[in-house]
Amino acid sequence: MPKITYVSYEGLKRTLEIKEGLTVMEGAIHNSVAGIDAECGGACACATCHVLVDQEWMAKVGPPSDMEKNMLQFASEVGPTSRLSCQIRVTQELDGLVVNTPKTQQSAL
Amino acid sequence: MSVVIIGGGHGGASAAFELRRSGYRLPITIVGDEPVLPYQRPPLSKAWLKGEASLESLTLRPASWYADNDVTLYLAARVQSIDRGGRQVRLSDGVAVPYEQLVIATGARARQLSIPGATLSNVLMLRTLADADRLKALIRPESRIAIIGGGYVGLETAASSRALGAQVVVVEREQRILARVACGKLSEFFSGVHQANGVRFELSAEVAEFIGETQVRGVRLSDGRVIECDIAIVGVGAIPNDELARACDLPCADGVVVDQHARTADPNIYAIGDVTRRPSQRYDRQIRLESVPNALEQAKQAAAAICGAPAPQAELPWFWSDQYDLKLQIAGMAFDCDEIVIRGDLSARSFSIFHLRGEQIEAVEAVNAPADFMVGRMLIARRTAIVREKLADATVPVRDVAA
Ligand SMILES: Cc1cc2nc3c(=O)[nH]c(=O)nc-3n(C[C@H](O)[C@H](O)[C@H](O)COP(=O)(O)OP(=O)(O)OC[C@H]3O[C@@H](n4cnc5c(N)ncnc54)[C@H](O)[C@@H]3O)c2cc1C
Ligand code: FES
Repeated sequence: MPKITYVSYEGLKRTLEIKEGLTVMEGAIHNSVAGIDAECGGACACATCHVLVDQEWMAKVGPPSDMEKNMLQFASEVGPTSRLSCQIRVTQELDGLVVNTPKTQQSAL
Repeated sequence: MSVVIIGGGHGGASAAFELRRSGYRLPITIVGDEPVLPYQRPPLSKAWLKGEASLESLTLRPASWYADNDVTLYLAARVQSIDRGGRQVRLSDGVAVPYEQLVIATGARARQLSIPGATLSNVLMLRTLADADRLKALIRPESRIAIIGGGYVGLETAASSRALGAQVVVVEREQRILARVACGKLSEFFSGVHQANGVRFELSAEVAEFIGETQVRGVRLSDGRVIECDIAIVGVGAIPNDELARACDLPCADGVVVDQHARTADPNIYAIGDVTRRPSQRYDRQIRLESVPNALEQAKQAAAAICGAPAPQAELPWFWSDQYDLKLQIAGMAFDCDEIVIRGDLSARSFSIFHLRGEQIEAVEAVNAPADFMVGRMLIARRTAIVREKLADATVPVRDVAA
């Protein structure tokens, strides 16, 4: 199973085996990873599953869709590698992926 | 001494998650009458029906989470009664489970039509995973489906059924679809979208009877016309499961009445989710909501109150719906509004309808316009005065519409 590492804003690392086909968000929620709320359960409707993808992985993960990009604008602590983790599906290709969770999922507005 | 939660749906399970997240250490028991691990319902009419979601992604947490967190799950088990004096609930098999605090999270059930033929086979509802699986197993590209009720569940089911190739007729009693939950402009827009996707509407039409011998063959309208179908789906709203609360004399009014901490009239009993009638701080009234964000908010309120933690910040009601390639996001509620302002272009399928009272936005309905939804939500919550001309002008960034 692909391993995904979630790094909290305090630098705490958790590396978990996540089944292919689940999303990076689901992997976090199923394992009680702190820092991801995911209120809409993956519908790309709430922007409370924001993560900052490790720079090295950005090429493999790919950019957000337009809808996602627009939601992301209002997340807090957004950066150039921001993604909504419910929109990243875990594949063997992403084995080793590192994502950083922000301090809060509350909107920056 | 522990927390007992009645109902293993989105609210009930989330109450357990929130209690553990808040540091609650005593045992937690969830009694749920469905035979499966707590799951989310929104995909049932969307990705699940279309075969695009896995059971794992539907399930809120894996079985191991409950075991690892000392949360006992009684599945396929029903609470029969609440004994407030004795602080225990009784299950239908007679077992008594004592509680220190009780959380009622029994949700709502699909309203049934009590008309002839309602018990024919292939007359279905869509509330539970079992309902969705029954429907999913029946739908074929050549199916003819009659959907009774043009609310969100009905319309999402229509869109998913079309995606599977089935023929779809939506029968709605009101003059327009989404009559109770969206404004006229939005109804009109969604009607157009569904029609362009091949859905037929029968509006102002009352269903008198399901016809057929053992299996439904058609739907007879009150004007005598028959719409032939091999599957009929009844989506005419939901009724709160507040009978347990009423039977033990907790005040109910189309839902268990709770305060802003999700507490009922009994200080040891909380109620959350679809089953509650709750105060809305922003709208200064009691409301009953059927949405995931509402169930989550109240789960947090109850967990905080049980743990003696500070109450979470009040949230604005919000909701979403996916139909075809459209994402509808709604924030706030359009009570007593005097004007609507449209931002964006309906024909470009990206626009928002803002409902105003005076200079304030009370609600926003955003179609493929997430920025309007996100900013609108904040403006509504803060009661920010806006400038209409700016709001109506999509070239002005939505962040800059405040007066
Ligand atoms: C098809 C569909 C699509 C939806 N789409 C959306 C959407 O896109 N966005 C959104 O925000 N919301 C949506 N909703 C609404 C959302 O799913 C509900 O608001 C949410 O599930 C409410 O959670 P709850 O815990 O209050 O109730 P439920 O999730 O209904 O859970 C209640 C549980 O309690 C059980 N129960 C009842 N009585 C007893 C008893 N006596 N003993 C034991 N168990 C009992 C019930 O069987 C049920 O399992 C949708 C709902 C449906 C049906
Ligand atoms: S979980 Fe809501 S946007 Fe990702």
